[in-house]
Amino acid sequence: MARKNTAPKEGRRKFLTGFVAAGAATAAATTLSPARAAEELAQADKSKASKAAPPSRRQLEAEQGEPHELGDARIKGVPGSDFMVDVIKTLGIKYVPANCASSYRGIHESLIDYGGNKMPEFLTCMHEESAVAMGHGYFKIAGKPLMTLCHGTVGLQHASMAIYNAWVDRVPVIVCGGNDLDAAHRPPGVPTTHSAQDINALVRDFTKWDDQPVSLQHFAQSFVRAYKIATTPPYGPVMISLDAGLQQEPIRNHGGEKLYIPKFVPTAPPQGDSGAVKEAARMLVAAQNPVIVADRCARTAAAIPMLVELAELLGARVVDQGSRVNFPRTHPLSSPPTAVANADVILGLELNDFWGTVNAFTDNAVNEGIGVNRSRIKPGTKLISISSVELNTKSNYQDFQRFQSVDVPMAGDAEATLPALIEAVKRAGPNKGAAESRIAAARKAHAEAHERARQAAAVAWDASPVSTARLVMETYAAIRNLDWSLVIAEGSGFTWPFRLWPIDRHYQWIGRSGGAGVGYAAPASVGAALANRDAGRFTVGFQSDGDLMYAPGVLWTAAKHRIPLLSVMHNNRAWHQEVMHVQRMANFRNRKVNTGNDLGPVGTSIMNPDVEYHKLAESMGWWAKGPIKDPAQLGPALREAVKVVQSGQPALLNVWTQPR
Amino acid sequence: MPVTNVILSAAKNLLLISAIASATVAHAASAEKGKAAFIQHGCWQCHGFEGQGGTAGKQLAPNTMPLAAMSAFVRNSNGPMPPYTKAVLSDDELADIHAYLESRPKPRDYKTIPLLRQ
Repeated sequence: MARKNTAPKEGRRKFLTGFVAAGAATAAATTLSPARAAEELAQADKSKASKAAPPSRRQLEAEQGEPHELGDARIKGVPGSDFMVDVIKTLGIKYVPANCASSYRGIHESLIDYGGNKMPEFLTCMHEESAVAMGHGYFKIAGKPLMTLCHGTVGLQHASMAIYNAWVDRVPVIVCGGNDLDAAHRPPGVPTTHSAQDINALVRDFTKWDDQPVSLQHFAQSFVRAYKIATTPPYGPVMISLDAGLQQEPIRNHGGEKLYIPKFVPTAPPQGDSGAVKEAARMLVAAQNPVIVADRCARTAAAIPMLVELAELLGARVVDQGSRVNFPRTHPLSSPPTAVANADVILGLELNDFWGTVNAFTDNAVNEGIGVNRSRIKPGTKLISISSVELNTKSNYQDFQRFQSVDVPMAGDAEATLPALIEAVKRAGPNKGAAESRIAAARKAHAEAHERARQAAAVAWDASPVSTARLVMETYAAIRNLDWSLVIAEGSGFTWPFRLWPIDRHYQWIGRSGGAGVGYAAPASVGAALANRDAGRFTVGFQSDGDLMYAPGVLWTAAKHRIPLLSVMHNNRAWHQEVMHVQRMANFRNRKVNTGNDLGPVGTSIMNPDVEYHKLAESMGWWAKGPIKDPAQLGPALREAVKVVQSGQPALLNVWTQPR
Repeated sequence: MPVTNVILSAAKNLLLISAIASATVAHAASAEKGKAAFIQHGCWQCHGFEGQGGTAGKQLAPNTMPLAAMSAFVRNSNGPMPPYTKAVLSDDELADIHAYLESRPKPRDYKTIPLLRQ
């Protein structure tokens, strides 16, 4: 697009012939602010002669006191991508996890040279999916979005599943894809194969917003707008197409109009309607057995004490569905999903699936193969919903789940609405005695459930492969005295940490992938560990084997950038969810399932040969040990690994486990 | 479902249970063979190699249910567990599996396990 302008004397075709020399030339412009650059360009246009600015102090330092001869530059003036970096820097983005690609080479070079590779710092990734998932995990700890860069076509294709996960999990990631729009002038061959009319179309169904800026001023507006949209609840990923010409060509004079960077001001989150809040409070206070169900309610740590206050006011049990830490697991009102069965009023806070909360589905092949649905709740139970996702629903991908009629639905952010709801409940005059009575009953049930969980964990305690309960509790013993953060617990049905660990703080659990796209856990745990490193916390994750094999190169990224992470493998040597799906199909069809020479159905096992994940990790710079099959060896290995992680390195234990 | 159908269905199940129970009397159940069958037929997938259970399947051992009840459930399950017919899992194999589950050691009281007291 930018090539439509004819202002610069030095076009991009010429630049392409002198690629090697261009680095020094672009760095020479580092002392120019965008506004100054625009002024100089205006002067240059008048004199018909571009002049290079002197090298910056940073450049001189980088070149050990021997500045390049600036007159050799193939491109005069300030590269457009330097201005892009100026824009990015105003938003305080700390890292750019990315896999290098020629279609964004302009901004890549500007980031590391002009931008000094700080704020943001480039993190070398092996796969675009890993880069996006790192941003996903990072945000859920830091509360700040990262940006990533990728090839607009093939790189974005790699990244797309991770973007979908971020979309479903309501996490902002700013994805920028390089694209060369000018079909008449872009390099032929691969760069043209890697170009498209509209790269954003690939992910438009699961991004909140996208744009393809055609000028630098357009970029400035769109990047700040993208950041603003991504970080306004409901959060979500956004996509910006970066034209190669716009990145690489010098800043042009647009009739004397100076470039500017719009100021970012965060948008206040949407709140539930005041009338609906009042009605909800009335219903909750009048209820005999109110139950609160929360999924992505706690966007920030501030929501947890608010939810505790609301629950205690009402004496309401709280079911935390676990996409964030919404409610302390140790609180007596913390309850299992079955608590909805006796409710007369249910308040759903940012539920991903309200239908699935109040209904059950059994995949038993009856009803001509479609299975059985049944209600989990009593007839007449009133439902209240506060969810910002209603403000951002799209048609194609079905993450909005089955339709559930709700008595009081509010399109608003639950966390932002909680203060008003608490006040409304107080004004409605909750029955303190009844609430205390319910809390006492819940306390007893909570203690009994904890007792049952511990006794269940004792079954097969000494089994080999290691039981998942023992895996979890040996790990807890090794980290319990640290400021720990559990960032992944992969493996279908892997729930022991939530039954046995005192998960009370916002960062002690960050939820799963959202879209259930396998391959999330390894890179998201590295991203979360990066944020925890900066916060001085210890990061631990239960890494499944199947997930790690999608893009194990992220292990190298963690070692390269010294991101400390304790990865304890739940290695059941299969994609276990699929093991059971195929077994189920065989049973429904009255056939013996073919396991070949493996344990699970053909096509679902990861064995024969067994993957030596510890060696894989070692080869990429991790401290690692395994395979651990004897549970007695696990504790000592964990203690060693914890010390390694505390020294600043990542460590992996390859533990052979029971299936679930 | 009409009441008569319910009665017929119950009677059918009772006949099935007694048929399985009598068949298993003649078979000398083997815990060793049962372990192999437990793995071969995928029971371990939901219930764990020790029958300890988990989020996907109930705990089967220790305190294993009687063979007749287990057989009735395995043949007729209409819940999350898919049914196993005799064509897939024979009565003898089922009896062996039952013997394997009964052979599983009783777990320790969790209070004797320091990691579960923390």
